[in-house]
Formats: sequence, structure tokens, C-alpha cells
Amino acid sequence: MAHDSAQGPPKIQRLLQYTGLSVAIIGVWQALFHLGYLNPVLLPPPSRIALTFRDLLLSGDLPRHIGISIVRVLEGFGIATVLGLGLGTAIGLSRTLDRWTDLIIQVVKPIPPIAWIPLAILWFGIGEQSKVYIIFLGAFFPIIISTIDGIRQTDQKFVEVARILAVPRFKFVRQVVLPGALPAIMTGLRVGLMVAWMCVVAAELIAASSGIGYLIMDARQLSQSDVVLVGMISIGVVGKLMDSLIKLLEKRLISWKVAFAGN
Amino acid sequence: MSAATAASNLIIEKLNKSYQTKNGEVNALRGIDLAIQEGEFVAIIGSSGCGKSTLLRIIAGLENGYSGAVKIGGRRIAGPGLDRGMVFQEHRLIPWLTVQQNVAFGLNGMDPGPRDTVVREHLELVGLAGFAKAFPHQLSGGMSQRVAIARSLVNNPQLLLLDEPFGALDALTRIQLQQEILRIWEAERTTMVLVTHDIDEAIFLGDRVVIMSNRPGTIRKIVQVHLPRPRDRSSYDFVQIRKEIYAEFFAEAEKPFAYAI
Repeated sequence: MAHDSAQGPPKIQRLLQYTGLSVAIIGVWQALFHLGYLNPVLLPPPSRIALTFRDLLLSGDLPRHIGISIVRVLEGFGIATVLGLGLGTAIGLSRTLDRWTDLIIQVVKPIPPIAWIPLAILWFGIGEQSKVYIIFLGAFFPIIISTIDGIRQTDQKFVEVARILAVPRFKFVRQVVLPGALPAIMTGLRVGLMVAWMCVVAAELIAASSGIGYLIMDARQLSQSDVVLVGMISIGVVGKLMDSLIKLLEKRLISWKVAFAGN
Repeated sequence: MSAATAASNLIIEKLNKSYQTKNGEVNALRGIDLAIQEGEFVAIIGSSGCGKSTLLRIIAGLENGYSGAVKIGGRRIAGPGLDRGMVFQEHRLIPWLTVQQNVAFGLNGMDPGPRDTVVREHLELVGLAGFAKAFPHQLSGGMSQRVAIARSLVNNPQLLLLDEPFGALDALTRIQLQQEILRIWEAERTTMVLVTHDIDEAIFLGDRVVIMSNRPGTIRKIVQVHLPRPRDRSSYDFVQIRKEIYAEFFAEAEKPFAYAI
């Protein structure tokens, strides 16, 4: 049987398991540098990255660029969430609407958001709108697809119970369909957020004068590999924090679910 | 018979139901004729696949595409209705709703005050008043099935359909719940139709035991159980009825077992 999260190994051991691998990789990386195996221009050591991180933090460059990217992600992801949940719910509940929209969704979905960048720049210029549009496209499809799937997974047994009890449709959707779809929806949101970060960086790499993607691109042109790495790691950390926030939300919303958590 | 009694009778006439499968048409039910009186407790027994659950689902209004008639109070049923409640083999409680919310699921268009009262009364009826705020995953199988029974009764149905409701429970819990449903039946006087594959359960609960045969599902025999309740499963009369029913299933069997199939 799987351990309950309340049981399992003690706290210190769990913290060690959680951070151990990362710390070890950084340690080996640093050691390889001191042993002379690394060319610091191509791959600077962690100590150097830490110093650059501090400098960029104190100069305000890093917070500014990260902040701009976060705002873009939140805008695009926010619009994708609202439209994805709304349309996904409507399509999930209506076979007719599903038939009307299925083909267009299936055809547009596989187009990588990056392929939209040329058109986005033509339509919206290189300002905020084009980035938000790209992010929206990237996050929208995972969210709408998982919302439709989640709703379609409604247990037929509950449908029968609701029919027997003459439960009105609206109450059935609110109390059974949507809560039942929530695990799938939360997974869609997490995937959508991940794609949103890919898209913001891709959009900023190609056409931007600010944001974390621009910071990376600018540093590449100056061969500042330490700045590139600071940018990359910052994206990773911010993405992880946002994912944790959604996970926390998920845990609070889906407390009834006794899921398998690995053993 | 008074007019009111006649109005809530369940009458099944010449009921046929067949399914289309890859291998052709399968007769699930053929020529079912059955009349059930108000307040009666009828147990339907048969081996698996005899169509007894299909019969119950037709009465509930969950199945269409049959020939013949199913009438309640003289009117043909057209889909599910609040005059009929149903308890399934699995409890079918909604996992993210509390016990209280699950029971209230069937109460629609009621103000919160009266609704809470009805929910509380029904949780008391099944002996779970202290578990109103619990979630289904915190309950045992027997407790979950009690909640399902409470949920099925909140609208005061005239007819309660029980589809092997204790089939998934252990033997001791099953006997407890059989006694419980008997107590509820005596208190509420709801007409009950129980589908089971447990001969003892059928005799313990039913005024009549309807024995169904396999493929196509037909009524083979109806056994009257004229025993006072609560019934003693080891009494001579009980055992005689069990032998009689047992013989219907295993005509050539050498000796009957205490528990069946």
C-alpha cells in the first residue's frame, strides 16, 4: 500500500530527498569547474552564476524583465483560462456544439504557437498584444481540451442517479459534472501554464525589447553565458512557483479525492 | 380494495425486452406479467444475466425500447419519476459531496430550512445522524449503502426499487442491513421491489419471492412467504421454503446448501 502523505519518512529525510539531487548536480558542476574540465565561457560555474544573479538582482534588471514576462504570462494565461473553461464547459455539455467546433479545434490545435509569431507581429506589431496573443494560443488548447474531456468523463452512474431523483440540469452540472471534471481541468491549467512560459520566452526571443526572453537573447549576442543561465534558471524557478500555486489550489479544491501518490 | 390502493399498484403486462448485440438479438425478458400491491415487499430472484436488473431498470424508467406495459396507478410509466426511488448495488454516492449533501441531492426546489430537516430525519432513519459532515470515502461499505438508502427515500417514493443493494457487502453487514430495510419498510410502508441472487435474503424480506429463469428472462414461479416477521432463518418453515426455491434452480441437485449460488 502507498504511504499516506502524513506518514512516510520523517521531515528532514523528506527535505533531503526533495533537494538532494539538485544540490548534488550543482556540487558536481562546481567541482568540474575547479578541476578544469569546464570552459567558463561556454558553461560558467554555479558560483559565477550566483554572482551574476546578485548583480542583476541589485541593478533591478532581472526583477524588471521577469516582472514584464510574468505580466504577459498572466494576461495570456488568464484570457486562455476564461475562454478555455467557458467554451470547454459549453462544448463538453453540448454534443451539437461539439460537432460544430470539433474540426476547427482539432486542426488549429497542432499548429505550434511559435508558428503564429509572424502573423501575430503583422497583426499586432511587436508590442504587448502579439506576445499575449501567442501565450493565449499556447495555453488555450490544453485548457479547453482537458475541460471537455473532464466533463465527458462524468460517470454514467451519477447520471442515472440524477435521473431517478429528477435533479434539475443546472444543479447536476454544478454539483456533479464540474466538480468531477476538476481534476482534469487542473491538469489542463498546469499544462497550459507550462506552455504559456514556453510561449512568452519564444515570443520575446524573436521580437521584444524587454522580458526574460529578451534578456537571454541580448546576453547571447554579447556572449554572456552567465546571464543566459540566470535567465533560464529564473524562468524555471518562477514556473515552478506558479505550478506550486496551482497545485495548492488543486489540493484545496479536490480534498475529497484519495489519489495514489506513489510509494 | 380501495381506490387509493388501486392507484399505486404496479402492474407489468406482457413485458418483452431484447438487446441487439453483435451475435444477433438477445431476449432479456419475455412475457413478464406481475402485479404488485401497495405496501407489498416483493423479492425477485434469479441467477446473474436473467434480466432481473433489466426488469428493475425498466420499472425505474431508465430503460426504453421494450414492448408490453408497465403501469403505476393505471398510468404507463414514461421515464424516471419521483414516485419511484432506487438503490443500486454500488452506493453511487458523489465523492465530493458530504453525506448531508448527498442525501440533499435528491431534494430540489426546497428552502434550506425544511430541506435540512428532511435530510436529518432520513439520516436518523438509517442511523447515521452523526455522520452528516463526513465524506463518502470515510464511510464503510455498509454505511455508504445506508446513506444511499436515505437518499432514495427523501422524496417519499411510493415504490422503492432495490437492485442487489447488499450484494457487495460482507455477510454480517448484509444481515444487518436486511434487518434495517425491514424496519424502514415497516415504518414507512413503502412498496419495495428487491432484486437479489441471495435466496435467504429473498425469503427473509419478501412477501412473495418471484423466481426468474435464464435467457430469456421469464417468471418461472412465484412463492408466497406466509411467515411472521422478523423471520427466523433457521426455522422449519423458512428452511422448507428455501428448499422449494433451491429446487427451482438445481432440479437434479443431490442436497441443498444453506447459502445459495
